[in-house]
Amino acid sequence: MNKELYSKLIFEHSRPGRKGYSLPAYDYGTSTEMPRHLQREVKPELPEVDEPTVVRHYTNSSNNNFGVDTGFYPLGSCTMKYNPKTSEKAVGLAGVADLHPAQPEWTVQGALETYYTLQTYLSRIGGMAEFTLNPYAGAHGELTGLMVIRAYHADRNDVARRKVIVPDSAHGTNPASAAIAGYEIVEVKSRPDGTVDTDDLASKLDETVAAVMMTNPNTVGMFEKDIPRIAELVHAAGALLYYDGANLNPMLGVARPGDMGFDVMHINLHKTFSTPHGGGGPGAGPVGVRAGLEKYLPSPRVFRDESGVFHVGKGEKSLGRVSSWLGNYTVFIKALTYILSLGEENIKHVGPLATLNANYIMYGLCDLYKLPIPGPCKHEFVFDGLADKSTGVTTMHVAKRLLDFGFHAPTIYFPLLFHESLMIEPTETESKETLDSFIAVMREIAREAAECPDKVKEAPHSTPMRHPDENEAALHPLTTWKQLQPTY
Amino acid sequence: MLAACGAATLDDLYSDVPASLRLKENYGLPKEMSEAELTRFWKESASRNRELTCFAGCGFYRHYCPAAVESILSRSEFLTAYTPYQPEISQGTLQYIFEYQSMMAELCGMDVCNASMYDGLTATAEAMMMAVASAKRKKRVLISATLNPALAQVLETYACGLGIILETIPEHEGLTDRAALSEMLGAGDVAAVIVATPNYYGLLEDLTGWADIIHAQKAMLIVNTHASALAVLKSPGEWGADIACGEAQSLGIPMNYGGPGLGYLCTTKALMRKMPGRIVGATTDADGKRVFVLTLQAREQHIRRHKATSNICSNQGIMTLHAAAYLSLMGYDGLREVNRLSADAAHSLVEKLCATGKVSLKYPEKAYLNETILALAEPLTADALIEEAARHGILAGVKHTDSEIIVAATEMCSPDDIERYVRIVESL
Repeated sequence: MNKELYSKLIFEHSRPGRKGYSLPAYDYGTSTEMPRHLQREVKPELPEVDEPTVVRHYTNSSNNNFGVDTGFYPLGSCTMKYNPKTSEKAVGLAGVADLHPAQPEWTVQGALETYYTLQTYLSRIGGMAEFTLNPYAGAHGELTGLMVIRAYHADRNDVARRKVIVPDSAHGTNPASAAIAGYEIVEVKSRPDGTVDTDDLASKLDETVAAVMMTNPNTVGMFEKDIPRIAELVHAAGALLYYDGANLNPMLGVARPGDMGFDVMHINLHKTFSTPHGGGGPGAGPVGVRAGLEKYLPSPRVFRDESGVFHVGKGEKSLGRVSSWLGNYTVFIKALTYILSLGEENIKHVGPLATLNANYIMYGLCDLYKLPIPGPCKHEFVFDGLADKSTGVTTMHVAKRLLDFGFHAPTIYFPLLFHESLMIEPTETESKETLDSFIAVMREIAREAAECPDKVKEAPHSTPMRHPDENEAALHPLTTWKQLQPTY
Repeated sequence: MLAACGAATLDDLYSDVPASLRLKENYGLPKEMSEAELTRFWKESASRNRELTCFAGCGFYRHYCPAAVESILSRSEFLTAYTPYQPEISQGTLQYIFEYQSMMAELCGMDVCNASMYDGLTATAEAMMMAVASAKRKKRVLISATLNPALAQVLETYACGLGIILETIPEHEGLTDRAALSEMLGAGDVAAVIVATPNYYGLLEDLTGWADIIHAQKAMLIVNTHASALAVLKSPGEWGADIACGEAQSLGIPMNYGGPGLGYLCTTKALMRKMPGRIVGATTDADGKRVFVLTLQAREQHIRRHKATSNICSNQGIMTLHAAAYLSLMGYDGLREVNRLSADAAHSLVEKLCATGKVSLKYPEKAYLNETILALAEPLTADALIEEAARHGILAGVKHTDSEIIVAATEMCSPDDIERYVRIVESL
């Protein structure tokens, strides 16, 4: 591949008059003219390029990208499992591409059944009464779930509840979503073993608390074994317990959030149900509720009548609306395909195998990397950097050196409980050979850190680009092609 | 592997999960399906969907998309990546987001654009929250009565927890009532004004002078437009908007029964650091090469946590690649041609429907692009028309009231399709 030619931006390939489209030459027998003062005057600068140029541009650009299909992607809390191609194929087969949301119900029964079936299966897996699939992402699900909780308290005229409690180990979205839902955030401490300090929690629970948000296993990969007691405390205080489903994967086949006492939960379909992350989206963050809370779910909702016909409607006390229509449909098709392809028996192996893979890496490295919380872990675990701190090699260096060996880096500097967090989640779709190879590389990096630390500190050495000046990017932001022009 | 973990069975790794919580029964899921069975399953599901020739809009438009876009989107190096946390091995993703930001900022006539939002409705809700967060204590937000009702509902849902007071600017003859706006602004305490053009009825709002009276009250003008129309309409930037936002599904993204679409949000340089979501910026690497990184992350929720003014922590990823590839292939000329064909198709449809005597333009004096609202003459009802047309493979539009329907057309509607639609109306 010609690096010179294909490292450009698409704008740099632009030549006047080139085009990459083919539109019909219909004659509608009418010609419309908009009033001049409503027409735009400034011509937008869009590239003018032909189809081969566009295809080569993006194909070459994709070669500078690393996806799950490229290699091992142990990004903690992101559950980067393999995305089966069957799921992609299903989207083409399912016949939803050209369906408009306003179509009469009888013309979209297949699509509505997909929605209904997926929400039913998620309810069974989560131990909930009903799911809405409308939220577009995990964070959007959290916000929607908190709105359900707000609607519940408001309906009971219990309006003094303005606080949401989150553990200090929580995903950053938890406090952010609670803030956007209009709540004050109260942080609860973690014990040395990474689990929630129930005494601290109990001291903070009162009639001003609307909800407690938790993820289980938590972000350090530990199961919150006091969860039955926590649920009791939360419910006794009149609050609801929210399950952040980002870490649901290790619970498949093991335990259900509903049985743990959670009232409201979300699931990231792009994590546990293996729909591709798409470089950031589209994902889906369905929200499930226990019996009694269904009426608060966002509109629209899908109902099934006695004769098996599907309808779109709204709940009597719906919290309102959070999406254009019924959410990211193509994502539902992929997630349902994933569930159907595994089936009842195989899906139960997902959690335990993900946990096995994580423990296998953890025990293979814990002599060289500092393990602040002893295992066994669940789907993921956190190292606090290298065990030997004398070399000056940090978690950032280790992450960058991994790129040289053809692996994606783990999640770094999260959770905030440790200074050098290195959070590893392998998922169940990785073979023993991949795990062994990763362990060997991590051990090699630890050896390099001791013997030739500069080699690690100066990493990466072999990636398409090295050491971007991120300070400059933030100090003088250049975020468009126009801003890159010398004349700007 | 188990031995290496000091365990005898997989269960040993779950010894900390209390027995009382362990799964005791089956989930109640079906037995596994092979690929062949899944193909049959989805074909059978598809047989219960009926694709209709689409004359409906209201936020979702069936437009042509060059075949090359789907081919580019299928590159799994793009599809199976996540947020580009490691720029050294994510230049592909970062570069297409940068290109998307550049193109959307151009179309909107704004300085900057973020890396995208979930959909046009939530993008507008984010714009509202951004304006209120910047306005310090001012809590009133004025929204036009001509907004898509779904958008108004989303704004209401987001506003209520944050103490934002939404007030509706009444409509007059299908457009936002300018005199009422002035009056409502005069009462003070307004953080932002939200208007859409084309509005819900497809009519083009004339925003001449709006920015002046809104800025005089130190409030922000938020303009919502579906992206394709930006190629021909006066841009939000030209109207003096502070935030431009909306749905970009009209850039050739399949309707997909409502999702995924693509929300966009653009703003001025002055407000860049208040913008929600991810932003990609250019910088240089160790060899002096131009490269791209996620930037201005100090604004984001994972840093600000409970002080966050948005909880967005991702973007619409591969859909921004769709938009960038589509806009590259179409260019400005292609996009204008799409708009010309769509407008001609819609005007031709309306002329011919009106000629039947059973339908008339609700606002005959008002300019529209490719979508407008029609009044049905008795005894014709919206339900009857939509139902009968669907039986003939046509989606006649979106019901507004029992006697009014909102119709749209695009370059995907052939003159023959229009004739078919007209004949159905004649038959009723």
